[in-house]
This record gives sequence, C-alpha cells and structure tokens, in this order.
Amino acid sequence: MKLAHRMYAGPAHIGTLRVASSFRNVHAIMHAPLGDDHFNVMRSMPERERDFTPVTASVVDRHVLARGSRDKVVSNISRKGEEQRPDLIVLTPTCTSSILQEDLQNFVDRASLYSESDVILADVNHYRVNELQASDKTLEQIVRHYLDRAREEGIFNRSLTDAPSANIIGILTLGFHNQHDCRELKRLPGESGVSVNQIIPEGEFLNNLKNLPRAWFNTVPYREMGLMAATFSEKEYGMPYISTTPIGISNTSDFVAQVEKLVNSRAPVLLGKKLNYDRYVENQTKFVSQAAWFSKSIDCQNLAGKEAVVSGDATHAASITKILAGEMGIRVSCSGTYCKHDAGRFNEQVQGLCDEVIITEDHTEVGDTIARIEPSAIFGTQMERHIGKRIDIPCGVISSPVHIQNFPSGYRPFLGYEGTNQISDLIYNSFNLGMEDHSSDVFGGHDTKGISTKSLSTGGKSIDWAPEAESESNRIPGFVRGKVRKNTEVFARQNNILEITVDVMYAAKEKRSIESLA
Amino acid sequence: MKTPETLAFECETGNYHTFCPISCVAWLYQKIEDSFFLVVGTKTRGYFLQNALGVTIFAEPRYAMAELEEGDISAQLNDQKELEKICLQIRDDRNPSVIIWIGTCTTEIIKMDLEGIAPKLEKQIGIPIIVARANGLDYAFTQGEDTALAAMAHRCPEYRHCAMNTKSPAKIMHIENHNPNISSSQASKLAKSNLVLFGSLSSSVASQLNSELKRQSISVSGWLPSQRYEDLPGLGEGVYVCGVNPFLSRTATTLMRRRKCKLVGAPFPIGPDGTRAWIEKICSVFNIKPQGLEDRENRIWENIRDYIRIINGKSVFFMGDNLLEISLARFLIRCGMIVYEIGIPYMDRRYQAAELLFLQQTCRRMKTPLPRIVEKPDNYGQVQRMHELKPHLAITGMAHANPLEARNIDTKWSVEFTFAQIHGFGNVRDILELVTRPLRRRGVITPGSRGLSKQTAGD
Repeated sequence: MKLAHRMYAGPAHIGTLRVASSFRNVHAIMHAPLGDDHFNVMRSMPERERDFTPVTASVVDRHVLARGSRDKVVSNISRKGEEQRPDLIVLTPTCTSSILQEDLQNFVDRASLYSESDVILADVNHYRVNELQASDKTLEQIVRHYLDRAREEGIFNRSLTDAPSANIIGILTLGFHNQHDCRELKRLPGESGVSVNQIIPEGEFLNNLKNLPRAWFNTVPYREMGLMAATFSEKEYGMPYISTTPIGISNTSDFVAQVEKLVNSRAPVLLGKKLNYDRYVENQTKFVSQAAWFSKSIDCQNLAGKEAVVSGDATHAASITKILAGEMGIRVSCSGTYCKHDAGRFNEQVQGLCDEVIITEDHTEVGDTIARIEPSAIFGTQMERHIGKRIDIPCGVISSPVHIQNFPSGYRPFLGYEGTNQISDLIYNSFNLGMEDHSSDVFGGHDTKGISTKSLSTGGKSIDWAPEAESESNRIPGFVRGKVRKNTEVFARQNNILEITVDVMYAAKEKRSIESLA
Repeated sequence: MKTPETLAFECETGNYHTFCPISCVAWLYQKIEDSFFLVVGTKTRGYFLQNALGVTIFAEPRYAMAELEEGDISAQLNDQKELEKICLQIRDDRNPSVIIWIGTCTTEIIKMDLEGIAPKLEKQIGIPIIVARANGLDYAFTQGEDTALAAMAHRCPEYRHCAMNTKSPAKIMHIENHNPNISSSQASKLAKSNLVLFGSLSSSVASQLNSELKRQSISVSGWLPSQRYEDLPGLGEGVYVCGVNPFLSRTATTLMRRRKCKLVGAPFPIGPDGTRAWIEKICSVFNIKPQGLEDRENRIWENIRDYIRIINGKSVFFMGDNLLEISLARFLIRCGMIVYEIGIPYMDRRYQAAELLFLQQTCRRMKTPLPRIVEKPDNYGQVQRMHELKPHLAITGMAHANPLEARNIDTKWSVEFTFAQIHGFGNVRDILELVTRPLRRRGVITPGSRGLSKQTAGD
C-alpha cells in the first residue's frame, strides 16, 4: 500500500480504451463495477467528442460476485453486437476483474460463437502496467490479430505502394495535441512525395489493417505508443520504422534524414531515382519554421543561461529538454519523466543536456525539486503548472496529464516545422511573462507579496533574520530576493549562524561570487 | 405507461453511467473541516477522483488514496500494518480529528476486514477511524455520502433528556444555546423539539434551513454531519431526525434502528413546494401550526416567474444518476414542465414515500400524466427513447451530454445539481438557473440573458 494523492499515468484499462475507441467502429466492454466508466466523461469532455464513446460496462455487482459474470458478459457482448454492429468488441479487464480471476478468455470464446463482431480480450495486467504501456500493448494485439488473420485468409496484401508511403502509428484519442500533430506529420513527408498509407489507431477501420504492410516504412512519433506494433511489423513483415520524434528543429531534420534514407533504400528499384531532401529541410528550417531565426534573435539571447525545469512523458520531456538546451541556450537544471519503464532511453536522450535527471511517479518529489531549484520557468504537465502557481513560477504545459485547456480548437501541433513555431511561442511566452512580472518589482511596482520562502519542501529549522537584515533584504529586487535569502540561509546554516545580520548577508554574497568565479 | 392514479415503476438492466460513490469524498472532506478521507483502493479509484474532481485536487485536499499494490491483493502484505503506516503518516502530517476510510470494490472483493482493523488502529494511533463502504458494487454516486453518514451515525454521542443536570452538559448546552437571544419561554418551547437534520449541505444552506425552522419556533439541535467531527449531534430515544436529501436511506435506517430516533418522513426541501411541505411535515410532528408559509411560498413563485416563463410547457427527460431525480422532477412539474421519464439509480420507496406521494399530488394538480420511473436504467435504451420523444431538455451525465447536444437535444449536466445549492426557499432560483441555462442559451441571444460563465468545464 502506498499513500498517493495524484498520479501521472492512469490505470491500464484507460490505455486499452483509448486505443479501442480511437479505431472506427470498435466497441469496448469493460468488466467493471458501476462508476468505472468515467473514461466516457474524459473523452466526451476534454475532446469535446460529438459521438457517444463506444465504451460500455458489463457491470460487476453483488450478483456477479455470487454467481460469476459469464452469462452477463456474454449476453452484454452479443447484445452490443446486435445493437451497434461493431467490427470488433474488446473485452477490457479492470483492476476489479483481475482480482475476481474469472476466465474472461473463456467468455470471449463463447461470445464470439454468437456474435457477428470479432471479440477479443485485451491482454493487459492491471497491476504491472500503466495506461501508456497498456495502450501500446493493445494496439499491438489488435494489429497482430488482424494481420495474422489476413494472412490465414489469404486476403493479405504485401505489395508495396507504387509511390513511397508510410504508416503513422500511435495517434490516439486523449493524446496530448495528437490531432494536430497528426495533421502536421502527414504534411511533413507528404511535401516531398511520401504519402500516408494508414494512420492507426485514430479513425481507421480494422478491415483496412490488412493493407498496413503496403507502406514502405512506419513512423512512430511518440515513444509511449506504437513501438510494440512497429517492432512487430518489423519482425514479421520486415517493415523498417522511424522512432525519432520530430519535435524541434534538430529532431525534425533528423527525422527527415531518416525518411530519406528509408525511401532511398527502395526508391532506385521502385522509382528508378533517388530522392534528396536537403533542400526541403533547408527551406523549411529557414522559411517555414521561425525557430532557428528565433534562437538567433535578441529575444532568445535574453533567455540564455536562464534556468528551467522540464518534466513530462518521455517523448515530450526529452524533446523539450533538447530544444531548451540545444537550440535556445537555456540551462535545464533538471529534466525528468514519469515513464519509469522507459528510464534508460530517457537518460540517454537528455544526457549532457541537463544538470540532473529525475525519474519518478511521485509528484511531490517533482514539486520539491522545483521548489529547491527555483527555475525561471517550468515546462511540465498540468501538475507542474499547479506547482508553479503555488510558488509563482510560470509553467508551459508540454505533456499529459492534461486538462481541457490542452485540447485547443486552434491548430497547435508540437511536431514538425509548424510545431517548432508553436514551441518557440510557448517557451518565450512562459519566460517573458515571468520577466514582466519581475520588472514591475524592480521598479518598485506592486510589491505587496512580502517575502515568500518559496519552498514546498519541509525540513530544516528556521533561521532568524535580524531587523536590519530584513529591511536590507527588502531592498533587493523581488525576482532575486527569494534566491538571495535562500543562499544566505544556506550559508548561515553551513556556518552555524543562528541569526542573520547584514554582515552575514554580505559574507554570503561574497562567498557566492567567489564560487561563481571559480 | 399511462397509469393515471398510481405511479408505475420499471427496472431495467442497470447499464447506466454514473459517478463512483467514492466521489462523496469530494464534498464531505470540505464539509467536515477536521476530517481526513482515505480511499483504500486501486489506481483506478485514484484516477477517477483525480479526473472527476479536476481543479479541486490541486488545492491540498484532505483526502488521499491508500493505493493497493499487487502484494496487498495477494495478501503478501499485512493489511493492518500497511494501514497503520499510512494512518500514522496522515496523523503526523495533518493531525485530523477523524480519519474516514472509504472502502472500494477492491476491498470488498478481497474481503479486507476494514471494520475489524479500524478499532485496533484507532486505539493505537489515538484518532477515531470510521469505515464507510462506498463501493461501486453496491452503490451509485451520492449513495456514497449515505454510507459515510450511516457509519458516522454510530459515533454521535448519546442524547440525554435532562442534559442540564448531567455531569457533562457542555456539548448539549452548546447546541441548545445555539441562539443566545431566545427568551426563556421560547427556550422551553424549543427544548421540546429535539430535531437533528441529516445530510451534508454547505454551511450557509444549513443555516438557511435552521432559520427557516426557527421561524416556526423549531430549533434544530444538530446536523449530521456537523461542520466539525467533534460537534456531532447527540442521538437517542426521543430525538426526531429528518433527511434533507433523497439518497440517505441507509442513514435513515441506521438512525431509526440503531440509534432509536424517530424519522420524520417528509418530501425534501428542494423547490419552494418541497421546502414548504418539508417544514409543514416537521411542524406537524411537533404539533405546531406553521406560520406564514403559504405567503412565503407564493412570494418565491412570484420571484421566479421569469424563469418559469422559459420552461413552462417544455419537456424534460431525466437519465438518472444521482437520486435527486424524483424531487427535481416534482419541482419541475410544478413549474409547468412535462417530465417524460425519471431515471433513477435506486428507489427506496419507503424513505421517499412522502416525496413520491407529493409527486403524484403535483401531477394531479398540474394535470400532467404521471411520469414513468425507471430504476437502474439502461442508457442505450434511454437514448433510443429520447430520439423518439425529442425532449426539450435531457438531464444527464457528462458522458452523454456532448453527444446529445450534437444530436440537437439540449442537456444539463446532472452532477451540477449535486454541487450547487438547491435546498430551501432561498436557493430556488439557483435550481432554475441551472435548468434553464441550456434553454436560455438556445435563445442566447435573448436580451438580458446572462452569460454562461458558471458553466465550467467539469472534467
């Protein structure tokens, strides 16, 4: 048992439901107690979905505990099949059903005898995987199911498309800016002659999955979602894949370079020529994306050396760290992710780009780290945004978990060249707002805040400030005051000083400037 | 469906959308200021709470999850030890006056003996621990509060008749002297009425109802729950209890059977009609002739004429998810609406008897057909029926609201009725504010209609 207030990634069934409800005409039936269908609210609200979410519950109640739920599940499946004629019904276990240990696979087998829809059981263990891992797994399961079947039935089409084409794997309902990213991603290779074969799971019919291997290669834009399906297709059907996330200028050029390489490995035979994307990348970087110019501009110069903390899922946290440190010259004091299962690769990605790495699912640990570092800006999830609110540090939201405001109606991709523009704005606006706030402090504006110790962490006894030191510290401009006070207190603690006088303040400052010279 | 004289009840499959009953934590922790709610369950519950409560969870709430891990499920870990560790941590960090454990489906299925562990731990850590099994196996949404209050009823001190003479009168004195400027003759009159109201309402609404009864010289001797755990009201033989919400049947039963209180079965004080009937019923129990109630009710009706003009003659369909449906439907019928269907998760016909009777009378008075009452509704079937009936308004959960709007059926999110202040004479406009909002929006544009500012994203 552990005491928990908030969590970054949801339970496994959420991942399965996100995949199932992203496909067209797939229905998920949850084996769950009343009230567990909150997924429907999540989808209908943040995504402002116009259609009924194709998820129902086969309710586990007292009767089920007494009698077992076979009849109920089976009849619910066949009923759904008749009512809505989905192509596939995914029976989704929840934490409750995993404890009941009923033979759900058996229910599925029985139900598929009666139902005209295909029926499968989502193969996820509730206590071992989280939402993200489960979505990855479920997508692979569905792809595998339909490709294997197509092969058995001999309706399988493996001939490559005439022109170069790619599948996009991992666009998902409730994903962070996924819809916009998808549009951008279609454009990215599209502009240089690579068409999109299929996008899964979002909006795709299962019957079309048999054409998946017709693409020349797969792209997996997000680390968390789609890698399993991509490695499966690579192993079974020899389809190469790109798992670089095209977020930021350098990642995007890297992505395009990989596209070029994959296309050209087949183009000479199939097209009779090689494609060259150098000009494309150059033009896009210079003219479509403003990010490269932005990092040269005076605006961005002002940001140089400012501190930031980054936290989010592995994809976004790593990419944003790369942009901040590599493209904008911002000092990333700490970069972290809650994707513990992807820790190794995350470490590798951000190595050398940040001072410390924090890998945790515990949001209080992240909060305390931020409070300790006191960066000028945070780039994180909604949770970090709230941490920032409490300690007056601006935050740009770059990753799930998200809120309804992270499902904008306007076009806001994070991927590709347009994405670089969006990210520049996001980063610059976060810092700029902070500066604006401080400059009014410098000029003695509305300084009513008093002194906040700006700490979320507890621990350490308080140190007294002598009255004259107090008033001296009030003369320090607001935006560095917290930091100066903290440094002074640290200095006092190190030297066993119990009361801070003006002299102590100067001594601390002196020591600090010596350290920074060294 | 056309049964003019008696109400018809139907029961469907129970495939409907509602909130998990642990959501009661959201409002109860705010109501009981010195409490801490610990939800013992899996990640699913935590994720639900986090999403359902949206913004509120970011404000240092006094609740948390004891998140069960694989070792807990397979009993490799000792429940008592694990809970002890967590409760000690809570005690040290927050020092609450009471810890309320909310049991979930998981603790039910693995048969974790929360009721057995609680008294032991209580002794050990020195803080009362109350166990409420608010799980989705047995209950829906607001019934969570019912389980919590029923459990809390056992902790109320024993009521003493001659409180003034006993050794420790402090608590009761405090309650009796709630209003210091009651004259002694009044006080003796008031002292007769040992009335405890049950149901969690915001303190302003609670004091509105208190003063409403005081006008009739009935003093409310306490509320279950009270603002602080330490101020729970005295209960016992000779105490009258009356519910303010329709979903409190377990609490009512506990108060009657276990605490020997007398239940005042009344309609609920929702809408001016309901509030009046509620007060009248309480007065009748204490043999008091209500004063000026009719005028007061009429004034309220007068006061809401602008809203009634909007909804009069329009039809409404309750999909059913929070058990307030009967009372709300009764009020809306009185406002001139036509109710096609009242979906409701669970119907306690005894506890709601007076409300059901009142519904019948209201239908007769307004010359509208009796609505069909559907227990454990089937949402799929309901949506089909709605396509046929084309109601002007559907009162429904968030899962269906946007899709119905997209199909041109105006909707009102039902959960808002749970969180808004809807009780008593003073809050009638608030109910209609909610009900008419989608209809006003349709004519947005009608001059004088207020903005939609209150309609926030509720995720």
